Amino acid sequence: MESNNTYIPGESRELTRISVVSAIYTAIRRFTATSPIGALAVAFLILVVLVAALADFVAPYPPLEANYSLLRHPPSASHPMGNDFLGRDVLTRLMYGARTSLLVAFAAVAIGKSIGFSWGIVSGYMGGRFDLITQRIVEILLAFPGIILALMLLVALGSGVVTVIIAISIGGIAGSTRVIRSVVLSVKEMPYVDAARAIGATHIRVMLLHVAPQCIAPAMVVASASLGGAIFAEAALSFLGLGVPPPSPSWGNMLNSASNEFLNPLWWMVVFPGMAITFTILAFNLFGDALRDHLDPKLRGGLD
Amino acid sequence: MQQYIMRRILLAIPTLIGVSILIFLVMRVLPGDPLQAMVDDESGPTSYTEEQKEVILTSLGLNRPLYQQYLSWMLDIARGDLGFSFWRDTPIRETIQRRGPITAEIGIFAVIISWVVGLPVGVIGALWRNSFTDYVSRFTVTFFLAAPSFWLGLGFILITVIFFTWRPPITLVQIWEDPWRNLQMTLPPAIAVGLGMAAIIARMSRATLLEVFREDYVRTARAKGMGEQMVVWRHVMRNALLPVITVSGLQLANLLGGSVAVEKAFSVPGLGAALAQAMSDRDWMVIQNLVLLFAVIFVVINLIVDLAYALIDPRIRFR
Repeated sequence: MESNNTYIPGESRELTRISVVSAIYTAIRRFTATSPIGALAVAFLILVVLVAALADFVAPYPPLEANYSLLRHPPSASHPMGNDFLGRDVLTRLMYGARTSLLVAFAAVAIGKSIGFSWGIVSGYMGGRFDLITQRIVEILLAFPGIILALMLLVALGSGVVTVIIAISIGGIAGSTRVIRSVVLSVKEMPYVDAARAIGATHIRVMLLHVAPQCIAPAMVVASASLGGAIFAEAALSFLGLGVPPPSPSWGNMLNSASNEFLNPLWWMVVFPGMAITFTILAFNLFGDALRDHLDPKLRGGLD
Repeated sequence: MQQYIMRRILLAIPTLIGVSILIFLVMRVLPGDPLQAMVDDESGPTSYTEEQKEVILTSLGLNRPLYQQYLSWMLDIARGDLGFSFWRDTPIRETIQRRGPITAEIGIFAVIISWVVGLPVGVIGALWRNSFTDYVSRFTVTFFLAAPSFWLGLGFILITVIFFTWRPPITLVQIWEDPWRNLQMTLPPAIAVGLGMAAIIARMSRATLLEVFREDYVRTARAKGMGEQMVVWRHVMRNALLPVITVSGLQLANLLGGSVAVEKAFSVPGLGAALAQAMSDRDWMVIQNLVLLFAVIFVVINLIVDLAYALIDPRIRFR
């Protein structure tokens, strides 16, 4: 090798690793500085994720263990959030419920939004007949109010964690398609897209390398905003008894069993799961707002 | 303008046909064909022999090809015949007529509550920006944006049961039969839903007001010596409230979806509760027709909002 640029294996990789770490660190610091509330929300979400992931270790009791001497027992020292109608520890079930609810929310958003975003990119970029036809389909999907589409799909597919994920993700496709499509419509008029086409790039290459990157910021904003919506959807579907089936706990089906205690409601079974749902949605909303302000100052508004 | 209205109405028709096809396909073609599951379900209310299944499927016309089934469903709807509940033998049309007013009432009260509560909060927040009141109201608004209305409903019942040993009545009473009992039934869910909607109105009106305050014409109005009161009422409010009205209309439409969980939380016998019941009973004809009804109402309200907006704001029409 006569080249002066002697290649030392590992060195450049080491450098990249350091620069990636420091880049992430700077990004985090800047995010914390510009939106302390957003950072607080992220901290809370990390806590919830950790509790959900480590439920096997941090939960004080097994989630399905019934204790017939403590049926409907209010909060006490050994069971800080009380016991449900089978004597199961509510705190434990809340921790395991976080696992189900977060899994459903993340999976549903990941699936639904990737379909929605790809659809939006192709539809916006291709235009023409494809766009015309697929946008009619989007309109049909958007004609179902709120969780009705997901509910109907659950009736057809049967309840279960996987079907809840499918139902919520299908419910979330149409909205995200619209957002990304409108972004693509403006991006594809940019001169550099023409330039890429002029030097012979294929449509697929242009979509992947030139159009898609422009959609990352809005896509992240949409996805983070819909995580709260997915938590809500899971809660509502399971509350209606069509989502995650008992006995495995989810925040929604815990509220369902609370509402079945018709005449003498147990306040600890209503308050704690509801708080978990509300604060998690709250944290996702605040994080979404902060992310939007951070990534796209033009869209600033909302809580500001 | 007339042309615009006609075009919008004509565009809604293919959407609704598509919706009905989608509903039909979901109910028939997906793996867990609800009717098949309902008839096969051993643990269900009744179990059937093979011959009985045949008789049922034939009497319901479910042995015909799919396109015939779909067309006869559409024809029935066109004739105003919505069929019968599978389990209860009550005409679905009667269910809608009896329960529809309850859900409509909840929706209308919720919108009223959302404006009465939400608008002042938003306006005060915008006028006294970054004051202590503003911070408190923003915090509250953020909380109510996140809190699911069915959970607020459960909390409401909890409080009234524990502290007042009272809970909303659950037997269906129409407002023209016994207004007082009817309001006891519809107002609590309307409050639970209305508070969430109020949060959206407050947030939206605060944001748009602040935006409009920055407009040039507001500066001009102030510069020519117009009083602040006049500026706020004549120039700011009129322009800022347009998007809020739109959002409120869309909220009303979306409320149909939320009504299912809220009505269950309060055990209010509205349309949403009827749909929830039908879904857990797998009462396919009721599900099919109620979902279609919800979608039709949703599309119609959205259409009305769009048209009203075009009527108020001439810029929309010429797009």
